[in-house]
Amino acid sequence: MSQPVMVAGTIPPPVSDSESRWTYLNNVRRNAGPYTSEDFETSEEAVSALDRKNSGAGGLGCEILKNLALSGFKDIHVIDMDTIDVSNLNRQFLFRHSDVGSSKAEVAARFVEKRVKGVSITPHNCKIQDKDEDFYMQFQLVICGLDSIEARRWINSTLVNLIDQENPESLKPLIDGGTEGQSRVIFPTITSCIECQLDMHAPRQAVPLCTLATIPRQPEHCIEWAHIIAWEQDKPFPTLDNDDPEHITWLYKKALVRAEEFKISGVTYSLTQGVVKNIIPAIASTNAIIAASCCNEAFKIATQANPNLGLEENYMMYSGNDSIYTYTFKHEKKDDCPVCGNLARELEVDPNFTLQEFLESLAERAEAQLKKPSIRAEGHTLYMQSPVSLEEMTRPNLKKKVGELVGNGDEIGVTDPSLGTVNFKYKLRFSKEFKATIENSSQSCG
Amino acid sequence: MTEIITDQTPPILHGPSDKEKKYDRQLRLWAASGQQALEDAHILLLNSGAGTVGVETLKNLVLPGIGKFTIADDATVGQADLGVNFFLDEDCLGKSRAESCVKLLQELNPDVEGDWFPRKKGESLQTLFENEQKFTLIMYSLPIEQQNLILVQKYAEKYQIPLISIHSAGFYSYFRIHLPGTFPIVDTHPDSTATTDLRLLTPWLELSKFAANLTANFESQSAHDHGHVPYLALLLYYLEQWKETHGSLPSTYKEKTAFRDFVAAGTRRENPEGGEENFDEAVAAVLKTISAPSLSSSVREVFDYKPSETEAASTFWVIADAIKKFHAKHNALPLPGSVPDMKAQSTIYVQLQNIYKAKSRQDVSEVLETVRAHPHGKNIEVAEVETFCKNAAFIKLIPGMDSTPPSLQSIANKEFENDQMAELTMMPLSLLPIYLSLNATSHAPSASSSDIITSLSKEIPDASENERIVNAAKEVARARGGELHNISALTGGMVAQEVIKIITKQYVPIDNTCVFDGITSRTQILRI
Repeated sequence: MSQPVMVAGTIPPPVSDSESRWTYLNNVRRNAGPYTSEDFETSEEAVSALDRKNSGAGGLGCEILKNLALSGFKDIHVIDMDTIDVSNLNRQFLFRHSDVGSSKAEVAARFVEKRVKGVSITPHNCKIQDKDEDFYMQFQLVICGLDSIEARRWINSTLVNLIDQENPESLKPLIDGGTEGQSRVIFPTITSCIECQLDMHAPRQAVPLCTLATIPRQPEHCIEWAHIIAWEQDKPFPTLDNDDPEHITWLYKKALVRAEEFKISGVTYSLTQGVVKNIIPAIASTNAIIAASCCNEAFKIATQANPNLGLEENYMMYSGNDSIYTYTFKHEKKDDCPVCGNLARELEVDPNFTLQEFLESLAERAEAQLKKPSIRAEGHTLYMQSPVSLEEMTRPNLKKKVGELVGNGDEIGVTDPSLGTVNFKYKLRFSKEFKATIENSSQSCG
Repeated sequence: MTEIITDQTPPILHGPSDKEKKYDRQLRLWAASGQQALEDAHILLLNSGAGTVGVETLKNLVLPGIGKFTIADDATVGQADLGVNFFLDEDCLGKSRAESCVKLLQELNPDVEGDWFPRKKGESLQTLFENEQKFTLIMYSLPIEQQNLILVQKYAEKYQIPLISIHSAGFYSYFRIHLPGTFPIVDTHPDSTATTDLRLLTPWLELSKFAANLTANFESQSAHDHGHVPYLALLLYYLEQWKETHGSLPSTYKEKTAFRDFVAAGTRRENPEGGEENFDEAVAAVLKTISAPSLSSSVREVFDYKPSETEAASTFWVIADAIKKFHAKHNALPLPGSVPDMKAQSTIYVQLQNIYKAKSRQDVSEVLETVRAHPHGKNIEVAEVETFCKNAAFIKLIPGMDSTPPSLQSIANKEFENDQMAELTMMPLSLLPIYLSLNATSHAPSASSSDIITSLSKEIPDASENERIVNAAKEVARARGGELHNISALTGGMVAQEVIKIITKQYVPIDNTCVFDGITSRTQILRI
């Protein structure tokens, strides 16, 4: 799915032609307002010397690129690994029907460069995770318009790791926008980070397999059954491609038959697609609002023309279903944040769980959401996902009880390749008494 | 807009059409009916000043496929336009701004028709408003010339269409919606968690029987059966027992929490899971579902409203009147008829759904009978009555403008009084000063802060004493009538969203002014 757009921006010296072009921007860049901080420099030199690099991001990418270009940023990088799909055209306004199938980053970059004279946009048709720390180091700030929490956590932990106390340039403000309706500003290690705010993104509750297999009640249950169970059994195609209408049609027909069997109504092609692809509805107006809010903060951070979100209020929530409502508040930094805090976070665990069950539970818990965790306790490795040799060596631990491997109050470190090099620190708190002898009962469908 | 529609139309075995593919992400929000309304609409933007906020709004309407739009703007494209307006480029310099923007906007969606005015230089705006009605809705950006404002206001008044004014300058903006009269909405898209209405305190015969059957010899049921009784039947079972011992149903908060403990005590725990999922669901549902239905204030407003003679003949008011009668008779609204997912055997759950659906259909037919008896109810479609009954608890009325609107002074008094409290409770302060300062530049974009204060003082005599008004005036003056692209893009997003709500008659539009502060990143809705 959509990946960030890295944006590098410079606001250039005004030359005769562009002088009148940037009249409106210069009104607020040459004159201080009543709320402007004392650091604001209005001299001609300051206005022309603004030469900073930025970096920004993807599902909201079209809007962000347009807004940054028209805010005076001159050197912008964009990262997006996606290609253009016909369902993007109702909101991603830099793309035309003839662009379907082309790289989003490349088409968007060329379009904005052509439309706004003097801006340079460098496209990167890859994943954000394909770039290293040196790459991110060159930017002034990062704007993310990502559609997955994993990617947000990755860029967040990467920017936290970038911090070098000796080098003030290593602090890259992170501005994150989400089409769910939030925009937030993060000063890594100084203010609350994405990991501190992880509980704002509760993972979607999965339907129990038992329900799918034996007692479906909703059209979604039939679709999930087709998706998870029937597909694996029948393997109609080698691998499932969510974007292939033939594959979706296969799932849809399977789900339909199952729904008829259980007299469940409501299975449609559109719903099938929505469930399988986990589609979140999206429209131009919400994208416009969130992207512009992010870029407004970027502009204020880069120019100091007015106070930006960050040190005090750092989070704006927007909701437009019932009238219009915004809530702008300060999300507090957490001392026990596994990424930017110093203290290990407490994690409640049933010591009678096997290590395997404990690892699986980490994926579902709102405060952890770790899907491929490797885990170490003080002094020894409990389980490593890779390399293969270590995985084999530690695999027997998966069947052991948590209580056998660690003690109540022990600290553990968890890493997850999807989240970069961060070591998540947790302090284990046993929720129950450890009963070494009881056989673990396997749950049955019933 | 994140509420998701699951339509119940019979499945088709062919895939989606090209149009359904292109609009997939929005059809999930406003369905085919909303899309059709958009495609039937023709919107006019009367553009002036820095001219970006209206064009950004149109971008967000062209993309989802509005039928037609027209830009009226007598400006020619200059250098300053290229620094703020994305729908212009070098080739447009010196040309008509209206025509140039229309052409670049149209590229976004070949299904949308675009037109501009004036076609000939010097053509008077008056000619645009001659002849028959063309526009569904008009937006104009401020600052605007007084005589042009009068022209659009007259047109909107004559054809009773919504009129939206938009003002973006520097870090501030506001927009204000002028609806031609009361604006009723049936399809408000309430949060799905709010819509559960199970009538557990007033079960009807079929439901009681069904629940009693499921809980017969309850204590001796097998582990499997006991763990699969849907929570709805569990609650009915325990309510019955509670009534026998207490003489009445739980009504106070204290009684309800005691009832919750009573339900929880019924859980069988001597199993490997240490409990039962259906009981967990029942316990969690007690406070939400065990309550007598009460009318929300917005439904009461609809019931209390006295529609004019023309209004009373409209579909909305004919059905609303029938629902009101239904409520008077049964002391309840028609049953929406949906059942939330709950642990249960598939067949039992489907039977339960059918019991609710049957009751809901019965309520619809009773309402339909009243509708048909109404002199204007002969041709109202059954589907409209069904939708109304389903959403009855969430219908909403947005009032039109008052015939004698409150003075700015009285609004200011109220807002600044609230601010004194807000300072104590750390709540955000009123954004009215922003509205006042922008409003003072409606016809004078380059006013100085003292000009703004002088103009404001006519309505708010002590404006110069109020620090926040003075600061807002300074901030507005700082922009010299210039727009910042980000602020205009954000405002254009909000305006487009509200236009879509009004045209589709779905979701709830603002009443009636939205102010945005790009410094603190906040909005406020004011009724002005």
